[in-house]
Amino acid sequence: MLMETKKLTKRFGGLTAVNDVDFTIEKGKINAIIGPNGAGKSTFFNLLSGTYIPSEGQVFYKGQDITKRPPDKIARLGVARTFQTNHLFEESTVLDNVIVGHRLRTSSNLWDAVFRTRRFKFEEKKCRDKAMEVLDFVELTHVMDEPAGSITQEEKKRVAFALALATDPEVVFLDEPTAGINPGETEGLASLMEKMVQRGITVCLIEHKMKMIMKLADKIMVLNYGEKIAEGTSEEIMNNQAVIEAYLGGGASA
Amino acid sequence: MVSLLRNRGWLIGFIAAGVLFPFVLPNAYFLHILTLAFIWMIAVYGLNLLAGYTGYLSLAHAGFFAVGAYGLGLLTVKTGMNYWIALLLACVITSALGLVVGLVSLRTREHFFAIYTLCVGYIIYLIIDKWDSLTGGVRGLIGIPEPSNIGPISFQTPISQYYLIFAFLLLTILIMYRIVHSLTGRTFIAIRNSEDLARTLGISTMKNKLMVFVLTAFFAGLAGALYASFIRFIGPDIGYITIIFDLLTYLLVGGIGTLAGPIVGTFLIVALSQSLQFLQDYRMLIFGPLLTLLIIFYPRGIVGAYHDWRLKRKDAQRTRPQKEQEYFETEEETEKQVKEG
Ligand SMILES: Nc1ncnc2c1ncn2[C@@H]1O[C@H](COP(=O)(O)OP(=O)(O)OP(=O)(O)O)[C@@H](O)[C@H]1O
Ligand SMILES: [Mg+2]
Repeated sequence: MLMETKKLTKRFGGLTAVNDVDFTIEKGKINAIIGPNGAGKSTFFNLLSGTYIPSEGQVFYKGQDITKRPPDKIARLGVARTFQTNHLFEESTVLDNVIVGHRLRTSSNLWDAVFRTRRFKFEEKKCRDKAMEVLDFVELTHVMDEPAGSITQEEKKRVAFALALATDPEVVFLDEPTAGINPGETEGLASLMEKMVQRGITVCLIEHKMKMIMKLADKIMVLNYGEKIAEGTSEEIMNNQAVIEAYLGGGASA
Repeated sequence: MVSLLRNRGWLIGFIAAGVLFPFVLPNAYFLHILTLAFIWMIAVYGLNLLAGYTGYLSLAHAGFFAVGAYGLGLLTVKTGMNYWIALLLACVITSALGLVVGLVSLRTREHFFAIYTLCVGYIIYLIIDKWDSLTGGVRGLIGIPEPSNIGPISFQTPISQYYLIFAFLLLTILIMYRIVHSLTGRTFIAIRNSEDLARTLGISTMKNKLMVFVLTAFFAGLAGALYASFIRFIGPDIGYITIIFDLLTYLLVGGIGTLAGPIVGTFLIVALSQSLQFLQDYRMLIFGPLLTLLIIFYPRGIVGAYHDWRLKRKDAQRTRPQKEQEYFETEEETEKQVKEG
């Protein structure tokens, strides 16, 4: 168990987006969260990564309570994430987008920058090397020098992966990583996620593509109206009455 | 510094032009205008780091400029302090004020930030204007000394002041260049790009934004202090809102978020408004529409437009440069990309 939530709740005014959710993220596995649109999946991610502060409940990372920590501190612990929408800097090259990802593992400051100290040179190179390494991992070396705005949708998703990986994470949260790309490319991204797990990185993802999730995930949690309605392996989820009803009733595409 | 010269043709040109100008055109009036333009450029560079590279448009910088100017003026006139110590102190005071203002203002974003800082700038102006016993109010502060000698070098002549301020400007550019081309600069740009993303990448956005804010206040203060000792008379109007809009115009015309932008924009507008002086305030009838058109079609100013044009041409030629191995060459690439940003 790498991360754990206890009675996690988030309210926006009168709306309870996440309600009383207990969940554990297993180390070295692919953990998935599914649920109809507006079920609170992204909000759940935002609570875990520190972007939102929970209204109630707690978040633990390796047994440590990180409930009220700001996102940058949580990132430094080894928690990385991607967003549902891409936040890439389109005019800058792919490589340049990724270099800053390793910034949190460096300590050079304004002084180092202005006086070009030895630490500056060492760390500039370290970040560049890291970026090359993760770009190689996500198989994007060939578009490294292209502006991020000019690459395909699928490549952009890979850049987002690379950026998350550049932070040297132990766990990566992926918010709908395959939204808006075709089935062939989806398979490529799925195998990339498996490759991450082989590298010892824990994966936690939100997805709507059921077929893919069922094949990929070691463990699935289903959210509906902010509440956890089921949790288990793919088989358990597929045969779960509450899940079937939520999906049929909610009218979400499975 | 060597790499800085190797990579940027425009900078070599600028340095050469700046050094040679007084010999080529020994005209006291031009020298005066150009020295003033250098002072504005220093302030615009400061503003650029915040607005251009970090994404926070501050309208308090005319206030900081005035604080730097009055800081130096009051310290030298009222306490008789050594010029160089007063200069340093004026910058420190402005930075400290920047820290306080930044701590509050940086909790807001976008237009709220702009409005908040606009108010701060105006309040600074009001304080200078109304605090008669300290600042002299509307009568202004007179008798500010010129920079005192450094060993055998004296700054009594306009030409020596010109070179002094030019040296400060070059130092400012060097510092900006180095900041922009470093992990620290990348951090700022990441914040401009998306603060949420930056935070999940482990970047403490508040700390970084505050650092930039203090730094830009420092440069505004430096510019103000140099202004005070160059003109040797200051009034509250140097902190008035129009000054910040002038600075912004220089930045926008030249190219926000580019390293050459502040020089290009300031020089162009200053030269243009000098040559159109016979039109008096009707100049604005020309500037207004021109500026609007420029921002619509070239949001990153003249320098930004030039970069786009060069990129397109390069794309058309399809020339892929050899992959770099050496460090300084990679830096050159970074430069290109950051500029494009
Ligand atoms: N910052 C916010 N302020 C107010 N309401 C919010 C906020 N963020 C999310 N919500 C609401 O919380 C609910 C859950 O949203 P969330 O984005 O977590 O859903 P989701 O499961 O990720 O949906 P989707 O599959 O469409 O991405 C929605 O009703 C949404 O409108
Ligand atoms: Mg979502």
